[in-house]
Amino acid sequence: MARYDRAITVFSPDGHLFQVEYALEAVRKGNAAVGVRGTDTIVLGVEKKSTVKLQDSRSVRKIVSLDDHIALACAGLKADARVLINRARIECQSHRLTVEDPVTVEYITRYIAGLQQKYTQSGGVRPFGLSTLIVGFDPYTGVPSLYQTDPSGTFSAWKANATGRNSNSMREFLEKNYKETSGQETIKLAIRALLEVVESGGKNIEVAVMTTEGLRQLEEAEIDAIVAEIEAEKAAAEAAKKAPAKET
Amino acid sequence: MECVFGMVGKGFALVVADSSAVNSILVHKSNEDKIMVLDSHKLMGASGEAGDRAQFTEYVQKNVALYQYRNGIPLTTKAAANFMRGELATALRKNPYMVNIVLAGYDRETGPSLYFIDYIATLHKVDKAAFGYGSYFALSMMDHHYHPNMTVDEALKLADQCIDEIRSRLVVAPQNFVIKIVDQDGAREHSWRRTTKD
Repeated sequence: MARYDRAITVFSPDGHLFQVEYALEAVRKGNAAVGVRGTDTIVLGVEKKSTVKLQDSRSVRKIVSLDDHIALACAGLKADARVLINRARIECQSHRLTVEDPVTVEYITRYIAGLQQKYTQSGGVRPFGLSTLIVGFDPYTGVPSLYQTDPSGTFSAWKANATGRNSNSMREFLEKNYKETSGQETIKLAIRALLEVVESGGKNIEVAVMTTEGLRQLEEAEIDAIVAEIEAEKAAAEAAKKAPAKET
Repeated sequence: MECVFGMVGKGFALVVADSSAVNSILVHKSNEDKIMVLDSHKLMGASGEAGDRAQFTEYVQKNVALYQYRNGIPLTTKAAANFMRGELATALRKNPYMVNIVLAGYDRETGPSLYFIDYIATLHKVDKAAFGYGSYFALSMMDHHYHPNMTVDEALKLADQCIDEIRSRLVVAPQNFVIKIVDQDGAREHSWRRTTKD
C-alpha cells in the first residue's frame, strides 16, 4: 500500500486512489456542516469552534455567497476552500458575461466538482481537501436545490445532507426526521441536526438561510432563540413520555 | 453624433445620454440604453463604437460584482474609475476600446462624484463632463449655468437646456435622450426626453 499512495495519479492494485481517500479523511476531520432543503427555504449550518477568544469572528465567514442566488458551506481544508470559492465566483460572473444569464445551481456544482476532479488526474498536484454543500434557487423556475461535492469530484443532489465531523450521526438524524418543511421549520430541522453533534448555543453555530430574496446570515441572538425553542420542545417531549407511564 | 454628459449636484449626480444606435445613414433604434447601472450606487454612461461599448461596459460590470463577492464590500466610485482606466490603458497599445465614459457614483463617506474617462484612458474627476459633438453645446451651457450644490430640479433644468441646445444646433441631432440619477438611495433611471416613439 505504501507504494501506491504517494502520487495521486497512481491506482493501487485493488482500484483505490489513496490520495483521494486521504483527502476524504481530511474532510472527516473538518468542522461539521449541514444543509437542509425546504419548499421555499434552504438552510446551511456550520459548526463554529468557540475557543478562539481574541479572533475577530467577522473575518471567518464559513458560509459564503457565490452569487446573489447561490451559497456554499464546506468542511475540510479552509485554505483550499478559499481557492475553490474564488474560482467559482469568477465562473459565476464569467457565465453571466458570456450568456447573460445567472448560473443554475447544478451548473456551478458541476463546475466545482469538475475542478476537484481535475486535481485528481494531474501530475504534481494534490486533491482539494474539502467537501462542499451548495445551495440555491434556480433563477428561472425558482426550484430550490442542495448539492454536495467531494474531493473525488463526484456530486449529487440531496434533500438534506451533512459533511465534516460526525456527519454520519447527523445524516442518520436527518434520515429519521426529514420531512418536507418550509420557512422556520426548515431552519429548526437544520439546527436540530447540528445540535446532535455540536455543543448547543448561538456562539457555536453559524446558520444562513437562502430564500428567493437571497442569503441571510442569522444573528447569534436569533440562533439562541431557536435553540431555546428546540430545547423546550425536547423537554416537553421527554415529559410527555414520562407522564403516561406514571398514570398507569 | 452620440452624446453623453453629466453633472454633480447636492447629494446626487446626473448622467444624460442619447439613445440612438446608428450605422452610417440608418438608425437601428432610438431607445438604446447607453447608461449602465454598474452596481447599486454607480452609473456608467458610455458612447463610442457600439460593439466595444457593450463589451467593455459589461466586462466592467461583472468585475465590479466579482469584487463585491470576493471582499464583502462594494468598490468606491474612485476605485471603479481607476479600474476602468487601467483596463483601457492596458488595451490601448494592442487592441483599444473605442469607448468614452462618464462615471457617476455615490459613496456614503464622500458623497456624489463624477469621472471623465476617454478612450485613450484619460481620467479626470470633474463636476461636469460631456462627450461627442453634443459636448460643444452641452459644455458651453453647463459652463454658463452650472453652479455647485444644485438641486435635482435645477440640474434637470440645466440638462434640458443642454438637450434643447443639442437638438436645435447639431445637424444630425439624436432623437431621444435618457436621464439617470444616482444619490444615497441608489442609481436609477429618472426620465426620457423623446421626440420619436420606438
